[in-house]
Amino acid sequence: MSDMAGEAASSPGPVRARALRRIQLLRAAGLYAGLSVVAILVVFPLLYALATSLLTAGEAAAYPPRLLPSGLRVENYLQALRQAPLPRYLLNSVIQSASVTLGQLATASLAGFAFAFLQIPGKQFLFFVFLATLMIPWEATIIPNYLLIRSMGWADTYQGLTVPFLATAFGTFLLRQFFMTIPKDLYDAATIDGCGSFRFLTTIALPLARPALGTLAVYAFLQTYNQYLWPLLITSNAHMRTVQIGIALLQDEERFALNVVMAGVVIVLLPTFVLFALGNRQLIRGLTAGAFK
Amino acid sequence: MGRPVAAGGVARAVRTRPSGLRARHARALVEAGAYLGPSLLIFAVFVFWPLVRTLRLSFYVTDPLGRPAAFVGLAQYLRLVRPAFLNSLHVTLLFVLYVVPATILLALALAVLANLRLRRIAIFRALFSSSIAVSGATASVIFLFMYNPAIGPLNYLLQSVGLPALRWHTDAVSALPSVALTTVWLQLGLNTIILLAGMQGIPEEYYESAALDGATFFTIFRRITMPLLSPSIFFLAVVDTLSAFQTFAPFEIMTKGGPMDATNTLVYSIYREFYFNGQYGFAAAQSVVLFIIMLLLTVLQFRLMERRVFYQ
Repeated sequence: MSDMAGEAASSPGPVRARALRRIQLLRAAGLYAGLSVVAILVVFPLLYALATSLLTAGEAAAYPPRLLPSGLRVENYLQALRQAPLPRYLLNSVIQSASVTLGQLATASLAGFAFAFLQIPGKQFLFFVFLATLMIPWEATIIPNYLLIRSMGWADTYQGLTVPFLATAFGTFLLRQFFMTIPKDLYDAATIDGCGSFRFLTTIALPLARPALGTLAVYAFLQTYNQYLWPLLITSNAHMRTVQIGIALLQDEERFALNVVMAGVVIVLLPTFVLFALGNRQLIRGLTAGAFK
Repeated sequence: MGRPVAAGGVARAVRTRPSGLRARHARALVEAGAYLGPSLLIFAVFVFWPLVRTLRLSFYVTDPLGRPAAFVGLAQYLRLVRPAFLNSLHVTLLFVLYVVPATILLALALAVLANLRLRRIAIFRALFSSSIAVSGATASVIFLFMYNPAIGPLNYLLQSVGLPALRWHTDAVSALPSVALTTVWLQLGLNTIILLAGMQGIPEEYYESAALDGATFFTIFRRITMPLLSPSIFFLAVVDTLSAFQTFAPFEIMTKGGPMDATNTLVYSIYREFYFNGQYGFAAAQSVVLFIIMLLLTVLQFRLMERRVFYQ
């Protein structure tokens, strides 16, 4: 729309063109100002956390609340890392999330490939079985899962944190969709040439599906890293807790000041924000493709 | 099976017919097992079998370790008609009602803004959708401090414009809306992303011809954007409702179901009954109810909304 206005303006002479240009600039400035106000409102909780993490203990307890720190106080971060076993929590979360991500990539690649390429008796039914898992809320199965993991002695272990999440219907569908874009003839030709289906999967299909794998990886990592209920149930030892539980505990303890807790919050948020910044576009494309296609 | 190779395939099959066919069938099964087995095993052990066990548990009284001790029939379900459980059902539905429409409406506004043709709009898109990287636990901790009656910025804001201070999550009236506000903010990122992608999928020509016909912004929005966006909105209505039902971390961290059970939702109640009270059978009965409600809701939403949704 603005382009059309610009074209029309170029004909009636320089004075009117300048006036129009000025109106456009003003309009853009107004839009940017409006967008910025909205953006600040939307990210206010994050700004608040960041600003508070840089206050001194005195400033953090002051009223009216201070929003702008008087300096960059890194001590709060060091104190958060020192006072709670935050590094250990971080390590646990990263191990859990990385394991689940790798596991889901493997199982979903295999299953998605089978649904796309292999001739399997009862394939429709098996596909329905995968679909059905999406209809069952995790909460409806959590009591037996909790009892099972405990009875296997997997409470407070990485197996307990990861194994129940190693398969994914969402990831399987995502990869199946992607694999289906690979011509079936290519697969047939490769098979005739003596290429086994597994070799076809690893050398041809997976490299082609890299965007889908990227989406699944970012999604699985975010989901697992941000888990709360399951780690809360099956970890009780401070050595096996994850960051989300850790940060909630940190908040509960009176000896930690607000600024230190917020420094902890920022540390916990950091990995997912890095991932969001790196995988933003990938994630969006994958999520929206799966959303209504 | 590609056409060009069919002849060779048939010839080979004919030569080795009786044992060959069976062997190939067996090989196909083994292959299917190798590919689908890992996923199916995990689903069987951690999804399907637990669902059966939940159902079974709901008919029993258990020992402290969660093992079924005595069959009680429908007794656990009869406990559900008492005020305590009906309250948690009421709280849950109210919470969904607070969260879902607000999230979608706000995200719609953000998506319209993020869809403006401006330079560097990508920065605003990232900011508007940033909460997708935030967990329920960290959002809860942040909002907990923002709600703090003594040092939080929200009460300061209210008072500076002449409004009375609130007790936010510690007051029985405002506790549920406070948790809902946190949840809306948390869901806003994903909703904005999905709606923005939906808007970008609308062909430019529609807008151009509408503009030529002299349609106003609101007419265009109502007559073109909304109908073409309806599949995305429908998708979000389902996803947001299901996730509102499943919200847990904010309740655990901010209110622990209180004050006076004002935020004791279905999921929180399940957690409290089996984890703290050792009432595995009662909690299992509640889980079954949750399962049925969510299944019905999904089906109902599909039925009701699919009729009004415009698919391209």
